[in-house]
Amino acid sequence: MLRYASRRVLSAIPIAFIAVSICFFILRLAPGGPFDGERALPPLVLANLRAHYNLDQPLINQYFIYIWRLLQGDLGPSMVIEGFEVSQLIAIGFPFTLTLALSAFVIATIIGILAGMVAAVNQNKWPDYVMVLAVMIGVIVPNFLMAALLQLWFGVYLDWFPAGGWVSGRWEYLVLPITVLAWPHAGRISRLMRGSMIEVLGTNYVRTARSKGLGERLVMARHAIKPALVPVVSYLGPGLSYLLTGSLAVEQIFGLPGIGKYFVTAALNRDYGIVLGTTLLYMFIILALNLLVDLLYAWLDPKVRYR
Amino acid sequence: MANTVLDVQDLSVTFQLRDSEVDAVREMNFQLTEGETLAVVGESGSGKSQAFLSIMGLLARNGRATGKALMGDVNLVGMDKRRLDEYRGRDIAMIFQDPMTSLNPTLRLRTQLAEVLVRHRGFDRKDAVRTSIEMLERVGIPEPAKRANSYPHELSGGMRQRVMIAMALLCQPKILIADEPTTALDVTVQAQMLDLFKSLTEDFGTALVLITHDLGVVAGVADRMMVMYGGRSVETGSVNDLFYDPRHPYTLGLLHSTPHIAHRAERLDPIRGLPPSLEHLPKGCSFNPRCAFCFDRCLEERPPLEPIGGDRKKACFYEGPLRYEEVA
Repeated sequence: MLRYASRRVLSAIPIAFIAVSICFFILRLAPGGPFDGERALPPLVLANLRAHYNLDQPLINQYFIYIWRLLQGDLGPSMVIEGFEVSQLIAIGFPFTLTLALSAFVIATIIGILAGMVAAVNQNKWPDYVMVLAVMIGVIVPNFLMAALLQLWFGVYLDWFPAGGWVSGRWEYLVLPITVLAWPHAGRISRLMRGSMIEVLGTNYVRTARSKGLGERLVMARHAIKPALVPVVSYLGPGLSYLLTGSLAVEQIFGLPGIGKYFVTAALNRDYGIVLGTTLLYMFIILALNLLVDLLYAWLDPKVRYR
Repeated sequence: MANTVLDVQDLSVTFQLRDSEVDAVREMNFQLTEGETLAVVGESGSGKSQAFLSIMGLLARNGRATGKALMGDVNLVGMDKRRLDEYRGRDIAMIFQDPMTSLNPTLRLRTQLAEVLVRHRGFDRKDAVRTSIEMLERVGIPEPAKRANSYPHELSGGMRQRVMIAMALLCQPKILIADEPTTALDVTVQAQMLDLFKSLTEDFGTALVLITHDLGVVAGVADRMMVMYGGRSVETGSVNDLFYDPRHPYTLGLLHSTPHIAHRAERLDPIRGLPPSLEHLPKGCSFNPRCAFCFDRCLEERPPLEPIGGDRKKACFYEGPLRYEEVA
């Protein structure tokens, strides 16, 4: 298990390097730069700024400078928000984003797995149909529309929850954003769980377990759920990354103080430092998640361990 | 007179399809005596597996069983699943055709074995595991203590079937149903497996039901046999009687369609025609389209399963001598 894990960690290094390089160059392909504005800056000022951030050098040099600093753990300065390092901005915004996305993730995964199981056991009966409907709504409606609908309905008409904004320590401000984030994720999880659970319930080994007279509850708990979780777990990694990226837009809509605020503005302003820094952060999170998922996978399916 | 451990009366199994019903098993009657080995023989789709799955309460969702399967004075057919779980695995156990998929791939063998004893015998986990390891040794698994920690995919097919046997026999059940237990295994392993069945069921006094389409298997281990066709039993009796003096044309056909090492034949003699579709069984005797001895009564009436002396029964109107030449 330890060997498997260390091999996986080592193989993540070249992937990270390639991803950094691609992000760096793609970002530079976009037209415009951090100092283009409504009013053009005086040429001398512009030249000085460009020199300060090394933008006057050939692109390939900038790339090596960036990589060199990155290896020293330096994400560089923000080019638009004066006096702030990228790492400072991440430290301000990211904890909130992570809390929001993780809460949505945990809630959605639990609901999704339970709903999928209930639907599988009641295949083609009403709980199953209700679930399919809920899943459809969650997956089809895009999050900005869902956010607006929930704000209108539960925030304005019913006035159950605040429609937006944030007051530190008040959970009710998180209900609607978490719902918007969690719904599609719970939907996908429950679809996967339903499908794999139905498949597992029809397998020979579940029949064997029943023939042993274990009782339906033990058959489910010990023999059916674990193998049924395999496809669900492989979706968890990508699932959480959807939530983290989806969170950027949802934060913006609900006016929440996460990293989304900086990221969206930075992308519009071509603030290379922040966009790259955030992207890298996400990349590392996703790599780490995939590693975690693979380890979980190995636990669920003994056959994986020996490959 | 030995005790009857299972008394099956008028057992029928019906499957509800989209817009029709199919009777997979019809009015089956037989008794199983303590410690005997009964072979149930028939082609695919003759209902032999479904009959016993229904007794175990393992029919597919759309299946329904009627009739009785009495174990002592409890009727297993149609019993509430929760009550049935008291008996399954303890008094009546089943082994399935495909050992490769019948064990849970995500659980150690130890867990899958021990849970039976924990459930039915109230053992604590440690004792249950110890007894399970002893049982693994008994079914001929080398290094049983080490193997108990393995997962199913680390074992060969033959070894897995041994594990299945060990699992089924943990509670020393009165009845063991083996549904084509050797079909998925290669021939040398088949023979070992049959020896194992024979010796273990003798040791435990367990009655064995061997569902198979392999007459070689039947000849090797069974005491009595029951031949099934189109969801009904058409002939029952001792293996010797049925092998040397078959009274039902279908039994005769089955025996002659088996290749024999002593007679070098250029081609096999199959039974003409195909097994009937259970949805469209012919009127009268189900076997009549393929039967060389069929006469007008067979086309109108269905022959009942009736005693014909000794402990033999057959379901056929034809009373004359059965000679194979007439079939061919």
